[in-house]
Amino acid sequence: MAHIKVDEGVPGIRSLVMFRPDTGQYLYELVQILLRGESTLSEAERELIAAYVSKRNDTMFCMMSHAAASRELYGNNKNIVDEVLNDMQQSHVSDKMKALLNIAGKVQVLGKEVKEEDIAAARQYGATDIEIHDTVLIAATFCMFNRYVDGLASLTPTDPKVYEEMGKRMANGYTMPPPSN
Amino acid sequence: MPYISVEEHLPGITGLLEYRKDTAAPIRALTQVLLRGPSTLTEGERELIATIVSHRNKCTFCVTAHTAAADILLGEETTTAQIKENISTSQVSDKMKALLTIAAQVQESGKSVTTESVQKAKDTGASDTEIHDTVLIAALFCLYNRYVDGLSTVTPTDPAFYKGLAERLKNNGYNRLPQGYDHLKK
Repeated sequence: MAHIKVDEGVPGIRSLVMFRPDTGQYLYELVQILLRGESTLSEAERELIAAYVSKRNDTMFCMMSHAAASRELYGNNKNIVDEVLNDMQQSHVSDKMKALLNIAGKVQVLGKEVKEEDIAAARQYGATDIEIHDTVLIAATFCMFNRYVDGLASLTPTDPKVYEEMGKRMANGYTMPPPSN
Repeated sequence: MPYISVEEHLPGITGLLEYRKDTAAPIRALTQVLLRGPSTLTEGERELIATIVSHRNKCTFCVTAHTAAADILLGEETTTAQIKENISTSQVSDKMKALLTIAAQVQESGKSVTTESVQKAKDTGASDTEIHDTVLIAALFCLYNRYVDGLSTVTPTDPAFYKGLAERLKNNGYNRLPQGYDHLKK
């Protein structure tokens, strides 16, 4: 049971933005720009950052849904997602992505944890200012979403099939659900 | 030195929000609705939530800025000092104590918010929307604090800087200034 009165049966973030659409609209707008807007990082890579941070925050709803979206977007390379979630350093993502995921992991702990050498490592593998910026902001944004979803105890489905469907929808982008009555 | 190149005359969050304006727009709009929009919590009370979370995230820029904003809105400097020291012995209402406690739990992790702390807020008269907004404000400042420190933005040390910033937050809220920020160049 959620801590506040939201529509029963509606999972996760969806139930919360339907509870208060005037704040929810900006949450969806932000995530759409960050994860689907123009970028030199692929949509699959950006979803992977979201899933990675959500896993570290132990927010099952966000982790499962963004992992599903990332798998959908990676297509034939979808195994990458589970490799990263199991052991990022041993995974087959590029060295640049490893460096960016390392930064995202530091952001998850606290902003101050990101050190000059973490940034230098990302640059060494070709990461640009905007890619570093977006990685930090995506990680910070999911530290917000994870807390919002868990802090209000919103409904977290346990059936993996539910997330598979969700991932397919999310791959097409983020649009606000209609407000609840 | 910030990790990415932002405009030198814009320390802290402002340089980041100007660096990428298309992501800044929804972040600003969300903050404006949450901290300045219609609410049964006063603007001062909502700034206290921003202050306690930034304090616990050790984000010096944000905690100094929102302490200054809360002080101006409340017309005194005692409350901000007290809540940073100890929420339960501070002079705020029982409802605000309960809400600040929830905010402090959100700062740790969403999972740290307990049914008991939510019940306590409800027992002291907090509405569902007040609880919702407390959690979302706290979560939003977990974003801001990480954004500001994660990119190592400049933290001014002159108290006059934060006074000026707090005046701006009182008078203009969180919207981007229509004229931009070039006038702040010295």
